[in-house]
Amino acid sequence: MKKIALIISREYMSRVKKKSFIIMTFLGPLLIGGMYAIAIWLAVNADEMNKKKDVYVIDESKQFTGHLRDSKSLSFQYVTTNLEETKKSIEGDEDSYVLYIPNLAKDLSGVQLYSTKQASISVVSYIEKEIESELKDKKLVENGISRDILKSLDMDVSLETIRLTDQGEESGSAGASYGVGMLGSILIYLFIFLYGVQVMRGVIEEKNNRIVEVIISSVKPFQLMMGKIVGIALVGLTQFVLWVVLTTSISGLVTQKLSKQLDTKMEQSGAIAPSQMGAGGASSAFQKSADASGNDVSKIMDAINTINFPLLIGAFLFYFLCGYLLYAALFAAIGSAVDNESETQQFMFPVTLPLIFSFVLSSSAVVNNPDGPIAFWMSMIPLTSPIVMMVRIPFGVPTWQIICSMILLIGGFIGTVWIAAKIYRTGILMYGKKVTFKEMFKWLRY
Amino acid sequence: MLKIENIVKQYESHVALNDVSLIVPNGSVFGLLGPNGAGKTSLIRIINQITAPDSGKVYFKNELLKPEHIHQIGYLPEERGLYKKMEIGDQILYLAQLKGLSKTESIKRAKYWFQKMEIESWWNKKVEELSKGMQQKVQFIATIIHEPELLILDEPFSGFDPVNADIIKNEFLELNKKGTTIIFSSHRMESVEQLCNHIALIHQSKKILEGRVTDIRNQYKNNTYSVVIRSGKSDEEIKNSGFSIKTITHQENVIQLEIQLEEGASINQTLSKLISQFEIISFEEVIPSIHDIFIQNVTQSN
Repeated sequence: MKKIALIISREYMSRVKKKSFIIMTFLGPLLIGGMYAIAIWLAVNADEMNKKKDVYVIDESKQFTGHLRDSKSLSFQYVTTNLEETKKSIEGDEDSYVLYIPNLAKDLSGVQLYSTKQASISVVSYIEKEIESELKDKKLVENGISRDILKSLDMDVSLETIRLTDQGEESGSAGASYGVGMLGSILIYLFIFLYGVQVMRGVIEEKNNRIVEVIISSVKPFQLMMGKIVGIALVGLTQFVLWVVLTTSISGLVTQKLSKQLDTKMEQSGAIAPSQMGAGGASSAFQKSADASGNDVSKIMDAINTINFPLLIGAFLFYFLCGYLLYAALFAAIGSAVDNESETQQFMFPVTLPLIFSFVLSSSAVVNNPDGPIAFWMSMIPLTSPIVMMVRIPFGVPTWQIICSMILLIGGFIGTVWIAAKIYRTGILMYGKKVTFKEMFKWLRY
Repeated sequence: MLKIENIVKQYESHVALNDVSLIVPNGSVFGLLGPNGAGKTSLIRIINQITAPDSGKVYFKNELLKPEHIHQIGYLPEERGLYKKMEIGDQILYLAQLKGLSKTESIKRAKYWFQKMEIESWWNKKVEELSKGMQQKVQFIATIIHEPELLILDEPFSGFDPVNADIIKNEFLELNKKGTTIIFSSHRMESVEQLCNHIALIHQSKKILEGRVTDIRNQYKNNTYSVVIRSGKSDEEIKNSGFSIKTITHQENVIQLEIQLEEGASINQTLSKLISQFEIISFEEVIPSIHDIFIQNVTQSN
């Protein structure tokens, strides 16, 4: 055990002291914090960035005048000038459109949108939708339904999901579950890939430096392999924890700084509101949307609060570690069988296949049907369960399934380590030989 | 020190060691000789417990070999190296601790050896910054820092430049004088035969010869003497001068003869007979080299 501890500490220290590790550890949170700052800054300065674009409407039938509703980025102005003049008036003006609506009583064609730049799809589809809905409203009014009734039909329903559990009713949100689960599985996927490959590189390096035989004359190959795997796991955890801590503190700092700016900005726009109706309107609209998003946030927070965090975090740590250990052992075996990294391709493929497969499926099939047969079986098979089970857990998984999956994963982990150790033991002493799968299979029996 | 009994090691397609037994005496310098692929490295790996034999036993100091014994064995593999990006001081400490030394003891001994090899100013350098000769010194320290009772050196001088090879060789011999048993493994027999007092020859997975170097060579000498003479006589005349002459070689202005001593004849008789006929410059017994003995054995067994 003392020797494994020595190996672990060497693997750990030699990596943590590397410049690339230190740079990545600090650069990562800075980048995330920077992006966060930009996002907030954009939100704060959104009114200036998204200047409303004018759409000059030439309405032959006068049927639409006053009925097309403005959107966040479009404002409809009704003009009485003729088409040619209006077209001329927007020449060189990138932020204006001319919408020509002929009499649509008999024929629905002939609606035209003029602009100096190609109008974006969202603009086109918004205008189309407005015209269509106005035509529909018109027909309904003609058939005796009043505008008031039509207005009252404009409704926004959001579904509240409630799970019936042993503890009673729990409200939850499919969106929040999805988000938390996906986050967990993405982290596990990245961690396995980044640090599993590091294990492989470490093994190849030892082989290339020809130090491996010197070391295994003092320790068992198994100890060397496990020491490396665990040492690198600790490097990964260190980086992960530092990232979480640094990212939260940097984003916290950013929020604090920018929210002050946000407040003063609101006050300013509030003060000038009476004199400048436009700006005031924009600001109150902004406030409204801020309130709305505040509601959304509290809803999401409520939903997140309903997720069983002790279970989730426990499961995350378990699948995170066991999944990594399982794959790292396989990566170590690959590293031992080759002489340099370019030879690893043929062996990498079958190892990474289940990983990629489960990652892709977890964002589609598993999320759509978290209790379906695909989700069930993939969360049981040890090669795919670390990623798939993480996606399923926030939706609620029966306890027996979680226990079963965990036992299978531990079994799978022990099995792969056993196999990997056999391949590793023989592989590290082989030089200058192209190894095939057939040969690796033979090594299992040595 | 080491007793190996009936070791058999078989790989998928070939037998690496076929019923090999040998004894390495305490305090000896033991040469494990044989051509490439004879099975030397397989045997060494078994002694180092890197691989296990299919059958057979290894005894270390009269005990069955067990994991704790690796602390008393120093091993310099043929494929050897160090971590390129690790400082050599740390590296030595790491390897010493893996051999079971405490940290303080490792530091003490590493300091001593760094001084002795005159590389103490390189403590914080990385291996990739060192010259080849320097790396070999570090490798040497890593091999012997835990003061092993048995040193196993696989092709120890390959890749060494002559100066460093000499320094390291002398260090090894000094350790031997202090009581360390050394096993040299090599396919270049002439390079180790002056160093070793015991040898074993391995050929095609089998041990074909084992024993003291002097005994073996004496056993293979066959009463042949090399005589260097000065003479004006023709080869024909020399041949018919009454000795059983195996070869006649002309060198500069002397002639070298190889004479097979006749049954029952003593050296002095032969010598006095020679003196009466030729001017003698030198006279010595021909003792076959290990290489010759090996070739003789291999051709015989084939």
